[in-house]
Amino acid sequence: MTERPLKQIHLAAHFPGVNNTTVWSDPASGSHIEFESFRHLAQTAERGKFDFFFLAEGLRLRETNGRIHDLDVVGRPESITVLNALAAVTERIGLAATVNATFNEPYELARRFASLDHLSGGRAAWNVVTSSDAFTGENFRRGGYLDRADRYTRAAEFVELARKLWDSGDTRGFADTGDAEVRHAGRQFEVRGRLSLPRPPQGHPVVIQAGDSDEGREFAAATADVIFSRHSTLADGQAFHRDVKRRLAGYGRKPDELKILPAATFVLGDTDADAAERAAEVRRAQVGPQTTINHLEQVWGVDLSGHDPDGPLPTVDPDPDSALVQGRVRLPDPVGTAARWRALAAEKNLTSRELVIEVTGRQSFIGSPATVAGQIDHFVQNDAADGYILVPHLTPGGLDEFVDRVVPLLQERGVFRTDYTGPTLRDHLGLPVPGRR
Amino acid sequence: MPRQLHLSAAIDSPGRFDAGHYADLARLAERAGLDFVTLDDSFTAEPRRPDALATLARIAPLTSRIGLVPTVTTTHTEPFHTSISLNTLDWVSAGRAGWLVGVSGTEAEAAAFGRRPVAPEDELWAEAADAAEVAARLWDSWEDDAEIRDAATGRFIDRDKLHYIDFEGRHFSVRGPSITPRPPQGRPVVVVPVAAADLARGASPGGRARVDTAVRYADVVLLDAPDRATRLTAATELRLRSGEQLRILARLDATLPDRAAELRLIAELAAIGTGVDGFHLVPAEPGRDLTALAERVAPALRATGLLRAGHSGRTLRDHLGLARPAGRYAVAGTGNATPAPTPTLAEVTR
Repeated sequence: MTERPLKQIHLAAHFPGVNNTTVWSDPASGSHIEFESFRHLAQTAERGKFDFFFLAEGLRLRETNGRIHDLDVVGRPESITVLNALAAVTERIGLAATVNATFNEPYELARRFASLDHLSGGRAAWNVVTSSDAFTGENFRRGGYLDRADRYTRAAEFVELARKLWDSGDTRGFADTGDAEVRHAGRQFEVRGRLSLPRPPQGHPVVIQAGDSDEGREFAAATADVIFSRHSTLADGQAFHRDVKRRLAGYGRKPDELKILPAATFVLGDTDADAAERAAEVRRAQVGPQTTINHLEQVWGVDLSGHDPDGPLPTVDPDPDSALVQGRVRLPDPVGTAARWRALAAEKNLTSRELVIEVTGRQSFIGSPATVAGQIDHFVQNDAADGYILVPHLTPGGLDEFVDRVVPLLQERGVFRTDYTGPTLRDHLGLPVPGRR
Repeated sequence: MPRQLHLSAAIDSPGRFDAGHYADLARLAERAGLDFVTLDDSFTAEPRRPDALATLARIAPLTSRIGLVPTVTTTHTEPFHTSISLNTLDWVSAGRAGWLVGVSGTEAEAAAFGRRPVAPEDELWAEAADAAEVAARLWDSWEDDAEIRDAATGRFIDRDKLHYIDFEGRHFSVRGPSITPRPPQGRPVVVVPVAAADLARGASPGGRARVDTAVRYADVVLLDAPDRATRLTAATELRLRSGEQLRILARLDATLPDRAAELRLIAELAAIGTGVDGFHLVPAEPGRDLTALAERVAPALRATGLLRAGHSGRTLRDHLGLARPAGRYAVAGTGNATPAPTPTLAEVTR
């Protein structure tokens, strides 16, 4: 293999989410809504010289069987507002918000991200997601109006229009001037106007894309700066990496212009054995008896409230057309998934709960600080990723140990910055300021 | 002791995009002992300014007492987003958020969204009232003690304390509940601008609709009146229709280039017996004028007992003397998230 310089790792911190990765029953678990929790995690990530801090989104509370899901953390603030406040108590770290392109309008959202970029001195990022479900649509003017196939059409036009609007800002202070009013007439939007702000400090806020479908990958290759994936093994990660980076050339982009950052959980211990033991405890806390039933219901689509989580999988067949579970991504092939789960449970002799623990584990780095630093470095140097979006399972202290014990080892290896080299998120990610269109 | 004034100030600064500038102004207002600052907004390209709610969220951690009241418009925005954004401003400021309700009536704003034509003002304010109703229901949609973290039953929330709001109006319907727990103040303070002409005989339909919105939803009215007599008539009318809980602040020019102007303002503010609770000060040069206010005008008012010495409470409702409202669903005890009977927490855990 030819020698090449060591790749520099990119790291982001995901505020623990509204799902069962987050363990709220731990005595160390704090508020998910008070500003102090956000401040702690963002400042910890900045102390660790992370690229950015990341907030997810959900615009309707999840439901199971017509009732609000109550087993996981419920409730979150509005992301962009929190990030603006965090800009006051941090100096360098990037601030990323997931915001839906379906239930927002381009002019308003472009203006909100331009404002965040100005007010944070060039640290804003937008994770573009799309959804079209009527369930979430019940909270919005348009309702669930969008065909599934149109989601990326809308997202692509939305981002294109947002970029034009960012460029439309007052051009005073820039060399190239002129009347910058946007006149856009497309399939999804007809917009005329210009923003009330100068072009953002980053030119355009960083654009993140999170879909894994073929359209999602193509959309990312065409327009995103960062792609947020979920590929847990080295081989899967490498295949994804090759596929996405290959697509860039079709849009005249270089491989470095799109960073691949999968989500990853981690559990540390003094030794690998300690870490493995702690990881098993965390998994049991993440997948309690009720959560087991809930996961089965997501696949089976039928009420399984009477099912024994410590017994075998349900014997009934899944209902592929069920609307039992709302407000989260529905599996595309419930019948096939159930068949695979049954085969796995039979092969390994697993109870329902053990099976759910086995199949719902996300990519995890488990081990001593040295082991975890080595794993992350190995995955990045071998092109399974350009870095990771780390998802702690505890709020707000879940990143402390990683920053204190793993970051210094990555720095010693020469694969992670010891300090920020520029003020903006584009500087951290090594991304150029986009040219004016 | 004389009745104490409620004072607030606008910190609008066209052409400024740096957070430090707005933080400096808010800290001056805080030092002056004002109840809150406002920051106006719209979707027009002029004046040049950043998003108002974002700007006040940005300075919330840099201030500790001053209320933060951005304009958020209701014409082209989603009531759900408006509600959770203001709710979040209340969380990041620990109970200092307010909402200056506005509408978008220009062709330019309609074109920037491209979703609907310009509508007449009365229709816009009727829709603003619906947006205020939705926002308030969403703020109340989580009871204060909905988060239980009951490890024994594995339940993070008591879902019987979360409520669908099921609002259906002419322009939108919203199911709820909110995704954000009830804010520290229960509900952020709702502020509506009203002109004396809106209350006069022969008021325009738009003006009448604005007054109706204020009467139904406002905690505070910012009243525009050309002179003291008109102000008194308008304030009396508003108070009759809205009740004693409404705080009425008259808009007042606060251009303070010299000592003479400061003395005139002090005299004007001291003449409080005109039916209002205080004044919303509009500086011409915010940096200069708020400095004068903090360093000379406010101390003079404090010396006469007209202005309280500093902030005695922590939330904007505290400053205004407004009680924290009970949640409507908690009071009713019905309209639960689900009709199905469930055992109470006590029954499950004992």
